[in-house]
Amino acid sequence: MRARVLIRPKEGILDPQGQTVERALPALGFTGVSHVHVGRMVELDVDDPSQLDRMCSELLANPLIEDYEILDA
Amino acid sequence: MKFGVLRFPGSCDEVDALLACRRYGDAELLWHHDRDLHGVDAVVVPGGFSYGDYLRAGAIARFSPVMESVAEFAADGGLVFGICNGFQVLCEARLLPGALLPNEELRFICRQMGVMVENPDTPFTSTCAAGERLSIPMKHMSGRYYAPPEMIDAMEANGQVVLRYAPGGPHNGSLHDIAGVANATGNVMGLMPHPEHAVDPLTGSADGGKLLESIARAVESRVAA
Repeated sequence: MRARVLIRPKEGILDPQGQTVERALPALGFTGVSHVHVGRMVELDVDDPSQLDRMCSELLANPLIEDYEILDA
Repeated sequence: MKFGVLRFPGSCDEVDALLACRRYGDAELLWHHDRDLHGVDAVVVPGGFSYGDYLRAGAIARFSPVMESVAEFAADGGLVFGICNGFQVLCEARLLPGALLPNEELRFICRQMGVMVENPDTPFTSTCAAGERLSIPMKHMSGRYYAPPEMIDAMEANGQVVLRYAPGGPHNGSLHDIAGVANATGNVMGLMPHPEHAVDPLTGSADGGKLLESIARAVESRVAA
C-alpha cells in the first residue's frame, strides 16, 4: 500500500515557519491569508499498513510536539 | 572515574568534550554501533548533527545501538549528560522530558551566553552556587525548549529546571527561558549551551568545567560511599 503521512505542529505551539510564510504572502499581493502552518509529508510504500500508526508515533512524528494524519495515497 | 563520550556519524563536538572531560577524569570515545559502554562511570552525549539530524534533530540517533545501552545505564541510575545535539537525542529517546524546536527567529545562534544555575543540588551542578551566572557559549539552530504547560510546572516544582538563560540574550524562544533540564530522578541532564567549549580561561571562560567537575565528583563520592 502507498501511504501518505501528514505531520503538522501541534495546536498552540509557536510555528515560526508558518508565521514567516503568513507575513510573506501579503508582500506578494496575496491578501486574506491567515492561520498558516507549515508541516511535512512523508510518502511510503508499506506491506502492512497496520504498522503505520506505530511508525508515526515512534519515528515519523514526535507526538509531544506534532500531530500526524495517515492518508491513503 | 571515567567519562564515555558518544560518537555518532555527524557528531562534531565529541573531541572537545573528550578533552574537556580529561581535565576531571579519564575519558574515552564510544562508537555508536558499540553496545558495550566499556565500564564508563558517566556518559556524555555530545553536540553536532547526529545522522545529519534528518527528520528531526536527534530523531535517528535515538535508535543507535549505543543508545540502547545508554538507556539501560540511565535506568540503573548512571549519570548521562547531553550537550546541544546530545540534549536533543536524550529528549527524542524520552530519557528527558520535552522537545527542542527550531529557534523562534529561525536563525542559527552562536554567542557567549549567561546561564543561571537554578538548581545546584544535582550531580551536574554541585560545584556551582544557587543563582550563579555561568558564561558558556551556545551555538544551535534548534534550541527552543518546549514541554506542555502542566509538564513544565511539574518540572519547575521538582527542581528539574537546572539551568536558565540569563535575561538579555538573543532568544531562541525556550519556554521559561530553559537552558538545561534533568529527568525526574536527577541522573540524566541535557543543556543547549556547550560547557566543553568553556573549560579554559584562554578561550574566555572556564565556567563550563564546573559542570564536568561536578559529574566527576558525584561519581567519586558514589564510589566512596
